[in-house]
Amino acid sequence: MTKKTYEEINEKIRAGEAVVVTAEEVISLVKERGTAETASYVDVVTTGTFGPMCSSGAFLNLGHPKPRMRMSKVLLNGVEAYAGIAAVDAYLGATQIPETDPANKSFPGHFNYGGGHVLEDLVAGKEVFLDAYSYGTDCYPRKTYQKTITLKDIPYAVLYNTRNAYQNYNVAVNLSDRTLYTYMGLLKPNLGNANYSTAGQLSPLFNDPCYRTLGLGTKIFLGGGVGYVSWFGTQHSPGAPRGENGVPLSPAGTLAVIGDLKQMSARWLRGVSFLGYGASLMVGIGIPIPILDEEMLKYTAVSDEEIFTPVVDYSEAYPQGTGEVLGRVSYAQLKSGQITLGEKAIPTAPLSSYAGARQIAGILKEWIQKGEFLLTKPAFNLPLTGEGVDYKGSVGGEIS
Amino acid sequence: MREKMVLYFPATVVEQPLTYSLIKDYNLMINILKANINPKMEGRIVAEISGEKKDFHAGLEFLQSRGVRVFPLEQEIVWVEERCTHCGACTVICPAGALVLERPEMIVRFKGDKCIICEHCITACPSRAMEVRY
Repeated sequence: MTKKTYEEINEKIRAGEAVVVTAEEVISLVKERGTAETASYVDVVTTGTFGPMCSSGAFLNLGHPKPRMRMSKVLLNGVEAYAGIAAVDAYLGATQIPETDPANKSFPGHFNYGGGHVLEDLVAGKEVFLDAYSYGTDCYPRKTYQKTITLKDIPYAVLYNTRNAYQNYNVAVNLSDRTLYTYMGLLKPNLGNANYSTAGQLSPLFNDPCYRTLGLGTKIFLGGGVGYVSWFGTQHSPGAPRGENGVPLSPAGTLAVIGDLKQMSARWLRGVSFLGYGASLMVGIGIPIPILDEEMLKYTAVSDEEIFTPVVDYSEAYPQGTGEVLGRVSYAQLKSGQITLGEKAIPTAPLSSYAGARQIAGILKEWIQKGEFLLTKPAFNLPLTGEGVDYKGSVGGEIS
Repeated sequence: MREKMVLYFPATVVEQPLTYSLIKDYNLMINILKANINPKMEGRIVAEISGEKKDFHAGLEFLQSRGVRVFPLEQEIVWVEERCTHCGACTVICPAGALVLERPEMIVRFKGDKCIICEHCITACPSRAMEVRY
């Protein structure tokens, strides 16, 4: 019976002897060798996801100009960062849009530039225009400050995302007779398309569905650099119904993550625009799952055929929060390009990049194989049902 | 032969029924996919033109002799690959099958010859990887 500790696995990583495979590769390995043999052979399974994650942003310390200033309003390329914290600190959120953006006054709005795009520009090393205002105090007399800056000029920049890497998500469809413009993309009338946004078998939280190795301090790939799980995310909802394999059947766990923005890359932090909805940020996240025992191996061997998600109508059920589900489909069906609902065949499209997820799992695998990336044991694990957290919102599906 | 073309009409000829001549005098089939006249009175037609090779070339020569500029369609909509995240959101929006997800790789491909320049992809692409160039 396989039993491994974090320390033993890290020892193998340091020695360059750890066997690391991606969450895709482990599926075929298990088919060839069975779970017991694969569990003793494989040390780490890497996962990945690269999709729009709206609850993302960065804490910035903009540095003190002379004379000093208590910035009460901060704009970066015209996008406001929340400055209701200390003197020159601000939080730039991914979905913030410039005050000059007409938003949906001319429907559907284009939202070509927002907080997510500023973050992408910063990590790309581009110049960004800082425009700050203050009411002035005795200790902080300066009232305005304008400067063109780059990420290098910012003393401190930390990505802090409060809801990322959703464990499962609704498939969005439209039962009405008009086009809908949503955060799940454009939904054509009368079940014209079905959009989904999860990497399925590669997605981090599908590979450790009961959070046995995930929690505060788990070291991860974040935006092309190294980050950490810093808490469970907002709307973390571990009590969602689950299949026999432990995998939630509707949106469930989420992560809060943190990492130094300065070591991230514009390849994996990408500003995006949703017609008629708003601006956001695509975030690349990869999480290594240590194979502590055969049970962990079984979890990581989950395939798209065994992961199911609810189909939700975004013309009525979702906006009204009725919790009605039209049916359940597997990620294998979704990825085939077509699902069937009743008699109707509906073409599908992802919003989360599977190719990107695969690449991230591959990069993380390489980091670990090279001995550059060790695994961390969480200080506490993400809460499961009955541990005091159970989101009662109306994300969709059956959460009500 | 059959090809999708973009025809630019200068303001001086925009009111002349040149398409009619293509049909009547050159025996060409014209399937107009898109047409518009800008505020400067210049016209633009995106059309699939088909017929005998000899007629096709003679017809285009006729248009050019009247000042109409003729371009193949592919150059109009450009897929900026480095901006593409390969998410696939465009693939259910494109009505012409020009934007497709290649399976099992799950990589987006743009097949310019199938594009009908409807421009739906321009705003449907979250990372704005599709551009119009004219």
